[in-house]
Amino acid sequence: MTTYFNEMFLGNKVREPYRGLKDWMATMPAELRQMKQAEAEDLFRRIGITFAVYGEGGDPDRLIPFDMFPRVFSAQEWFKLERGIKQRARALNAFLVDVYGRGEIVRAGRIPAHLVYQNEAYEKAVVGFVPPKGVYSHIVGIDLVRTGPDEFFVLEDNCRTPSGVSYMLENREIMMRMFPDLFRENRIEPVDSYPELLRHTLASVAPSKCNGDPTIAILTPGHFNSAYYEHSFLADLMGVELVEGQDLFVEGEFVYMRTTEGPKRLDVIYRRIDDAFIDPLCFRPDSMLGVPGLMDVYRSGGVSICSAPGAGVADDKAVYTFVPEMIRFYLGEEPILNNVPTWQCGKADDCKYVLDHLNELVVKEVHGSGGYGMLVGPKATKEMVETFRAKITSHPENYIAQPTLALSTTPTFVEEGVAPRHVDLRPYCLVGERIELVPGGLTRVALTEGSLVVNSSQGGGVKDTWVLAE
Amino acid sequence: MLSRTADNLYWIARYIERAETAARLLEVGARIALLPSAAGYRNEWDSLLSASGTASAFSEKYGEAIQRNLESWFFFDRDNPSSVASCITNARENARIVRTALTSQVWDALNTAFQELKAMERRPRSQLALSQLTEWATRNSALVRGCIDATLLRNDGWDFLNLGFNLERADNTARLMDVKYYVLLPRADFVGSGLDNYQWTTLLRSMSAHRAFHWAYGGDVTSDKIADFLILNRQCPRGLITCVDGMNKHLDQLATAYGKSNDAQVKAKHLLTELSGLTVSDIFEEGLHEFLTRFIRDVATLGAAVHESYLNGDQR
Repeated sequence: MTTYFNEMFLGNKVREPYRGLKDWMATMPAELRQMKQAEAEDLFRRIGITFAVYGEGGDPDRLIPFDMFPRVFSAQEWFKLERGIKQRARALNAFLVDVYGRGEIVRAGRIPAHLVYQNEAYEKAVVGFVPPKGVYSHIVGIDLVRTGPDEFFVLEDNCRTPSGVSYMLENREIMMRMFPDLFRENRIEPVDSYPELLRHTLASVAPSKCNGDPTIAILTPGHFNSAYYEHSFLADLMGVELVEGQDLFVEGEFVYMRTTEGPKRLDVIYRRIDDAFIDPLCFRPDSMLGVPGLMDVYRSGGVSICSAPGAGVADDKAVYTFVPEMIRFYLGEEPILNNVPTWQCGKADDCKYVLDHLNELVVKEVHGSGGYGMLVGPKATKEMVETFRAKITSHPENYIAQPTLALSTTPTFVEEGVAPRHVDLRPYCLVGERIELVPGGLTRVALTEGSLVVNSSQGGGVKDTWVLAE
Repeated sequence: MLSRTADNLYWIARYIERAETAARLLEVGARIALLPSAAGYRNEWDSLLSASGTASAFSEKYGEAIQRNLESWFFFDRDNPSSVASCITNARENARIVRTALTSQVWDALNTAFQELKAMERRPRSQLALSQLTEWATRNSALVRGCIDATLLRNDGWDFLNLGFNLERADNTARLMDVKYYVLLPRADFVGSGLDNYQWTTLLRSMSAHRAFHWAYGGDVTSDKIADFLILNRQCPRGLITCVDGMNKHLDQLATAYGKSNDAQVKAKHLLTELSGLTVSDIFEEGLHEFLTRFIRDVATLGAAVHESYLNGDQR
């Protein structure tokens, strides 16, 4: 039986960061809790924060379950995390500039060439192009798990368009509305500067041809997308337009929005669509989402695209193994945050080990995301294990495996009262002229007892995440 | 603002207004149906369907025009694009797309209406009286309109919303008046009779305007006065000339803000000039139904011009 690190209780003792929640938890009667929970749900629904799950059908207005029990970090804990996250974001961007340039890290033999250049996410269309300020990934979402007081592991990096930040902001908003006393009694770092920092970050990477205040827009696939709420939420908080591909067109060396007053030039696009859909002339010709000619404008410095096309090669699950190498290679530093040990099924030795230990390991698809195409060995049925065995044997290079981590738990409201549930953390690091990180992030919680899968698409919930002031 | 955003705003307003009209149609139909019907009458409910322009779609789906079916059709039925449910859902979806152009109060009003609608759809119909349904619809459209009025910036988005409200309302008032035409048509000697007056009063009621009418005119309800009130009197909030006036105001504001005039503005001005020069006897000479049909067509043309000028986004 594995023992899990409980972030609030060490035996019978309450750990320091959670001290302010001890009485709150003890003195909350069940009725009040239910009332508050209903109130929170009502607020979420009225605000319109919903999440449609791909491939599940059902209610497109489903809410992500919100757990009112906050997850807390002390200032010291956060200090280390912050340094580690920023370090990682810097290295990932240095790597991207390098592999689309001279490829020093490959030449130095620190990462195999085929992992980079034959990677599906490697974008030949941007080879030799350096985006403004040398930034490819402007919003880096780094998924972290914790296994002990000082043990944090990076589960994966998200360099393209990590989602979920609207929940970080709304969870806080709702907690402050429902439990103002908690915020009076605890010194909790605010997170609400995020939209402004994001706008500054985007403005700081305006293209060379832009003079004056850059016009910024968020490019969304449209209101049927499961993250549409987030797109409109961010656009609103930043005071920028929310556009779809059909609202944009290219003429000459610039890209314009169709407005009621005629064309308006656009300088920075925060895109929330995948590379493949950005420009049908350059990528998928059947895409209706993108803007024909956009890539030409981009490469000639007429518009900035955030994250830059091609950024995905840095967050590939096979490349992930080499991030500590990147940190040493580009920054000359030792990694502050550790990777999870990873077996590459593409390597014969590793593959053999994985197949022999399927019952103990977590197997992931290299290009998968959101908890799809994933095997949690200890929790899986025999059939699932065998299905994966067959998949791995036929396409070993598509899979990686990691040990099943003893994810930390935090107290969570459940049917019977309060019980420990497993959590992870996704902070959002902003990279532009400067590197910024708001003190907080999105804590996802596996609401099912014993479950280690926190993805919202797999029944996970979210929590407000506190960083205490010193 | 993005042309697509303007389009969404414009349609939020049209759908909200249209939802209210569906509810008002239902109300007017139910009241007329309470009258003892005389031989030679068309079915009162048929007149409703004709006025809403959905008669054939309805008979295909339900066949018989009885109240329960009409309630379903005008309120709940998603196959009827003009039903209250369809309109509220579409308005809310349009709002979801342009959340950034709305205040949270406006969104809240629209979203709450949508959530309540979904809850109503789950309730057994026997628990929902017709008056409850129609009141719910008119109350919610008033709520949305109020939130828009009270909280929205007076910028171009505001103009597009109000353009939508005025255009749809002009169309809808004309259609509601046309119901009376269908009911009345068979027997010209009914004109001026007690029944005739009752029907006119019902029409006024359905527009929440019968008290207002008495304040404005006094004395007996006559077809002349009512036509004057609903078509030519600028005091009547649902009157045709009031709506056309509103369209002109907002088109003028847009033209000023953008610094250029266009076809929509010209068309709206023409329509206003024509209405201003009319008298009630001119209208009856042409025939009320003929006049209304022509007006509905003119408004549709104006709508197309609005699309062309602002909402398509093709102009360079």
